[in-house]
Amino acid sequence: MTTSAEAEQESTGEERTNTPAAAALLTVENLRVSFGDAEVVKGISLAAWPGRCLAIVGESGSGKSVTARTLVGLTGPGSRVSADRIEFAGHDLSRQSERSWRAIRGRDIGFILQDALVSLDQLRRVGDEISEPLKLHGWGTRASRRERTVELLGSVGVPEPEVRVRQRPYELSGGLRQRALIASAIALDPKLLVADEPTTALDVTIQAQVLDLLAESKARGRSVILISHDLSVVARLADEVIVMRGGEVVERGPAQQVLHQPRHSYTRALLDAIPSSRTRGTRLVRPADGEQPARRARPAAERTRPVLEARSLTKVFRGPDRVDRTVVDDVSFELFKGETLGIVGESGSGKTTAARMALALLEPTSGQALLNGERWSALPSAKRRPLRKRIGVIYQDPLSSFDPRWAVGRILTDALGTGGRPPASGAEARRRAIRLLEQVGLGRQHLDAAPLRLSGGQRQRVAIARALAPEPAVIVCDEPVSALDVSIQAQVLDLLTELQDELGVSYLFISHDLGVIHHMSDRILVMNEGRVVESGPARDVFERPQHPYTKRLLSALPRLAQA
Amino acid sequence: MTTVTASRAGLPARLRSARPEGWAGTAVAALIVLFLLIALIAPVLLAHGSPYTINLQQTLLPPSLSHPFGTDDAGRGLYTRVVYGARESLGIGLGATGLAMGIAILLGFVGGLAGGLVDTVISRVLEVAFAFPVLLLALLLIAIRGPSVNTEIFAVGIGSAPGYARMVRGQVLSVRQAEYIGAAGALGHGRLAVIRRHLFPNAMRPMVAVITLGVGQSIVWASGLAFLGLGVAPPSPEWGALLDSGRMYITTAWWLEILPGAVIVLVALSVTSLGRKLQHRLEGAAR
Amino acid sequence: MSGAPLSTVTEATVAVASLRPSARPVARTVRRVLVKIVTAVFVLVAAASVTFFAQFLVPGSPAAAILNQQNGRAQQWSAAQLAPVNREFGFNRPLIVQYLDYIGGLFHGNLGTSYTQFKPVTQVIGDELLPSLVLTVTALVVAWVLAIVVTLLTVKRRPVISSLGSTWEAFTASLPTYWVGVVLLVVFAVEVRIFPVIGGTSFMGTVLPVLTLAIPLAGFLGQVTRDEFEKVLDQPFITTARTRGMGDTAVRLVHALRHAVLPAVTLSGWALGALVSGAVIVENLFGRPGIGQVLVNAVNTRDIPTVSGVVLVVAAVYVVANLLVDVTYVLIDPRMRAQ
Repeated sequence: MTTSAEAEQESTGEERTNTPAAAALLTVENLRVSFGDAEVVKGISLAAWPGRCLAIVGESGSGKSVTARTLVGLTGPGSRVSADRIEFAGHDLSRQSERSWRAIRGRDIGFILQDALVSLDQLRRVGDEISEPLKLHGWGTRASRRERTVELLGSVGVPEPEVRVRQRPYELSGGLRQRALIASAIALDPKLLVADEPTTALDVTIQAQVLDLLAESKARGRSVILISHDLSVVARLADEVIVMRGGEVVERGPAQQVLHQPRHSYTRALLDAIPSSRTRGTRLVRPADGEQPARRARPAAERTRPVLEARSLTKVFRGPDRVDRTVVDDVSFELFKGETLGIVGESGSGKTTAARMALALLEPTSGQALLNGERWSALPSAKRRPLRKRIGVIYQDPLSSFDPRWAVGRILTDALGTGGRPPASGAEARRRAIRLLEQVGLGRQHLDAAPLRLSGGQRQRVAIARALAPEPAVIVCDEPVSALDVSIQAQVLDLLTELQDELGVSYLFISHDLGVIHHMSDRILVMNEGRVVESGPARDVFERPQHPYTKRLLSALPRLAQA
Repeated sequence: MTTVTASRAGLPARLRSARPEGWAGTAVAALIVLFLLIALIAPVLLAHGSPYTINLQQTLLPPSLSHPFGTDDAGRGLYTRVVYGARESLGIGLGATGLAMGIAILLGFVGGLAGGLVDTVISRVLEVAFAFPVLLLALLLIAIRGPSVNTEIFAVGIGSAPGYARMVRGQVLSVRQAEYIGAAGALGHGRLAVIRRHLFPNAMRPMVAVITLGVGQSIVWASGLAFLGLGVAPPSPEWGALLDSGRMYITTAWWLEILPGAVIVLVALSVTSLGRKLQHRLEGAAR
Repeated sequence: MSGAPLSTVTEATVAVASLRPSARPVARTVRRVLVKIVTAVFVLVAAASVTFFAQFLVPGSPAAAILNQQNGRAQQWSAAQLAPVNREFGFNRPLIVQYLDYIGGLFHGNLGTSYTQFKPVTQVIGDELLPSLVLTVTALVVAWVLAIVVTLLTVKRRPVISSLGSTWEAFTASLPTYWVGVVLLVVFAVEVRIFPVIGGTSFMGTVLPVLTLAIPLAGFLGQVTRDEFEKVLDQPFITTARTRGMGDTAVRLVHALRHAVLPAVTLSGWALGALVSGAVIVENLFGRPGIGQVLVNAVNTRDIPTVSGVVLVVAAVYVVANLLVDVTYVLIDPRMRAQ
């Protein structure tokens, strides 16, 4: 408590000296928002200036999204909002009627939600969605609105805007859709743009394009408020940064300072938790005493015989329109004992399909997978079943991989009893389940918990425990941390690393997140459109990428350049 | 993708005020079902006299204290007849629903699991079956076999089966794609074991509410048939039969027609509502 | 019975997300419509086959059934007595010939001959079809209007109003047709005397029958629409519309409504079939001419061909209705075109 207050005071002082001459466009003082009995935003203050970007950073539950929505009066039903001061362009916003809010929304303040797939009305044409704010605020005539819409779409970099205007959002690719969403937000050129996680769930290359668009708005003198959990995304755009946790501001200041010389321990922990090639070999979560435990020197990965091998795996799907789509094209790799092979690619690259074939959960069209040098994917499924204990899986969404009726204990004892071993009975099974839980940092109190009641990080730990139960040689990790907050992600990644050190298990690690891949992997496979475009030791791929696609991927990666 | 979006977006952890469960409604429904159960087992506890005793001095009396539902054209107390009729009516409802669910589970699981040609054939068969509204199919069957209790059960059962079959098949298809089914396979469980331990229980879970709804609906349909004069023969106090015999007195002794109908409606509503609550409870157990 | 239709916005859109616009959307749509028509014809032929074989399920032979009916009692008939009947109705021909004859006859509009009235079934049904169609179609329209009005007024407003709306819909959806009819009859025709008890096909006489059919269906359609409406109002694209400055009413009408009615549109085909079932009861109750009366009489006299004929006509109506619904759905929800 004292630390954050201190940090606040100090940074506020610094902030003042950086204030540009222009008056603040938006000033918020002591904003409080509560839903029912719970206070979600506990007295925060912020300010936004024209031509500058304010970033609000925080993890889930920090209150950043609620704050963003309160700025346009859309906090939500059942909410109570109070503030000492909310001023926008000279108007007092704290006591607005709904009608006056409607005049401001879209015209003076624009709002960009994340994921255009669900943020645009799929049954309406793109043109109608973009011209809606124009129509609502009585701008121009029908003909001039049509013109303006095409103009807007072109200005955000959508090719052939006259054609796109008549299409529906689902007909556009992800990147174009997001641009269309932005176009609708800037249609009336509002002075303030609020973007709530505009780049989440987008491929890295598209992320970069979206951020460029926002930078353009900033350059034109508009004020931007960017909400994000991703510090590296924030680094590209922000001038000022506010870090929120549990409804409070724990740190604020110029971006340069907050991101490179953070004062508050939480900010520092957030920054440390970001995995990248720099953090390889270290723990992401620093223990309290600040000492970084030396990573146990791992025996050089035994390169005698790969534990998991893929030979020219290919998968062709026949679509409903009788067109063959090659999803995985001639993918080969070797995974040795005790090492991590990372497979990185954007969505649609075929990485998950390749993994499923390696797991022998999907029949390859051609090629085969070998487990411990023996036939694996070519085996008949009855013969394969007893061997399944040698290879485990962790999924992106652990909740959907658990039977919704089962408690944690049942999930674990079920996994303990597979692979041809006699199912442990009663007390013995419980004992082993508890051991598993302790191995992943949980405890006996979680045995009877329902997964639905656990947090995302805890669920993933249970999933890891389940994967460990049959004592496998290989674990396939399919985007295991993509759905987790940065700090939780760090804990899970650390856990996986520890387990690898302790048990010598090999990981086939799949992710779209380059930083995570670089942090975890010994060797890397880069996939694009079903093919392996580059492979090699992690350091080589990162520092000396050969293939143009890898280079493009790396350059698009938003990075926190260390000062 | 949706999961990533939801967790990462930091959506406001909106504390949804637990919807007041309408405990009053639940209490009433439970009470009615209790009455129903007593009427099934020991009707004598709820009503005095016999549903068959004729008393020509007391015909067509409106509801009063001594005869809460009034009397019919043979002087029999309507309330007593309703209470004693519960057994037959519920029997028809349960029998028809049981038959329908049996067929539905068979078709739904075979189609949903087998896929390919088998599934296509079953889907077509269901489509054809759907072209026959329940009542009309029932009428066709009655035209063939003549009206009787068994025909009623058979007719309503066969008629409502396609609807349930479609639901079961849909459930099977969606559960089949769930990640935990794949995960169980990855752990090394055999196909049949996965079906038995995961697929069947999870696919059938939402059907609890449907089954209770079905029992209510079956009673309604069976009584509809009786209303048309095609149901159980008098002097049975079966509710539908009561409706049938009350028809000619609609304009003169309205209670003979409306009250049994009201009882049917109340029972159907209560059973359905309790079924829904039970469903929520079952699903909530995993919460 | 709520059939839990599956089209939520997110599911459908995510499923379609990776599709590219097809090269020739018009040709594809035409082809899909043709496929649906062919399927419909197939379903009808299959249904007809069922009804054809139904007559052989009667205990004893069809000829015996006819003679039983004529004489008002069941008894054993000698071959000599059965022969003329067999000849007249063609029962002595091979089964396959009878079957093909029947199916072929369907395409000419020949539904067989009534056992009791010795007229073609089409003639027996003939004039009675129109009043029934008028009744059911009107009821469907009225049900839709009621459902949308009640839902729009009560969905996601103050809790009191919302729960009032959903309770009303749940209640009316579970009411049996005959009960609603009887209550309306007693209240409005007997006690209050606004409408006639037996109204024939006059306008005033049609009001109560239409309402009897429409009210429970409105409850059901309303429930489905309401569930979808509530889901849709929580979707992000609704929030986007609000951030542009759109008011609540406009958001509901311009954005949400179109999404919310999709499941109910899908169900309308089924609804028409259910309405016909109800029409049988309603016509019976209100003494209204129509195929319902024909049907009940036929059942009472064990006149299988007529019963089959009516059932088949209803099946045809149902199949055609579903076809129209499918086509309408494609027009409303262009996402389906891309699939």
